[in-house]
Amino acid sequence: MADVLVGVVVFPGSNCDHDTEYAVASFDGVRPVMLWHNEHDLKGARAIILPGGFSYGDYLRAGSIARFSPIMQEVIEFARKGFPVLGICNGFQVLLESGLLEGALSRNRDKKFLCCQTNIRPVNCATIFTDQYNEGDVLSIPIAHGEGNYFAPSEVIESLEDHDQIVFKYTDSLGEVTDEANPNGSLKNIAGIINRQGNVLGLMPHPERASEKLLGSLDGRPLFESLYKHIVGS
Amino acid sequence: MPYTAKIKVTLRQSILDVQGKAVEHALKNLGYGTVESARIGKYIEVTINEQDLLQAERIANEISQKLLSNPVMENYSFELEHL
Repeated sequence: MADVLVGVVVFPGSNCDHDTEYAVASFDGVRPVMLWHNEHDLKGARAIILPGGFSYGDYLRAGSIARFSPIMQEVIEFARKGFPVLGICNGFQVLLESGLLEGALSRNRDKKFLCCQTNIRPVNCATIFTDQYNEGDVLSIPIAHGEGNYFAPSEVIESLEDHDQIVFKYTDSLGEVTDEANPNGSLKNIAGIINRQGNVLGLMPHPERASEKLLGSLDGRPLFESLYKHIVGS
Repeated sequence: MPYTAKIKVTLRQSILDVQGKAVEHALKNLGYGTVESARIGKYIEVTINEQDLLQAERIANEISQKLLSNPVMENYSFELEHL
């Protein structure tokens, strides 16, 4: 059976595109296909990943210009049809700017660009991106961002909670959601959210940087495994 | 005659402005004891080649909402100047 294609979008300024390509290629049955921002063709991909980086130099606001690139018009359409779209870090920022996810990411509470290992916990393991995790798992996954402080009006937060759309939260090493474990000031320690339909996930931590033993953590792999199980099986 | 839209984008009051905080602290450190706060926004000038003021106003509003500001965390205002 031919490999299922996973599209990795490359914006000018993306810098985790090749890490993501490498992570995708390390799984059986799927193959990455790179999609340049100026294209309109998703090349038969069954899932799309928007990688981390500084698309368009983060000019104006992180993700704001990438959101209007030609490929994003197709990605938005693809997401609206119910196909899986995963946004990592800058990719999460692009998803918020494009309205596929609700809320916004502002500058980190402590003014710093943060590049460190964090603990996160999957708090909804019933999504197509997380069903290979178990409730209670505490993951070690790195973050690298200056604008990861998740904000949304209180009615949006309530709605996210009511519909189990908060998927990852920053925790301490025991899995407790505490303010000290919150690296960037995100409301409710939110590290990742999903849309109501359950096919668009955005998160600030980098699972592709935790998918290779040499890099010190394999905790990102179940996220990709969940997604691939879904697309290969469907 | 075209118009210049002078657009200001500011963070909503409910959003922590860490850049503004850093500047505020720097000003206080410089000895400006009466400085109470500083907030940082963006100023954008856009030249719009429209003859009609209402049309220029419509475009300035539309681009501010669509791209130049993020309504979740920012407000915008603008003035139009006839060139």
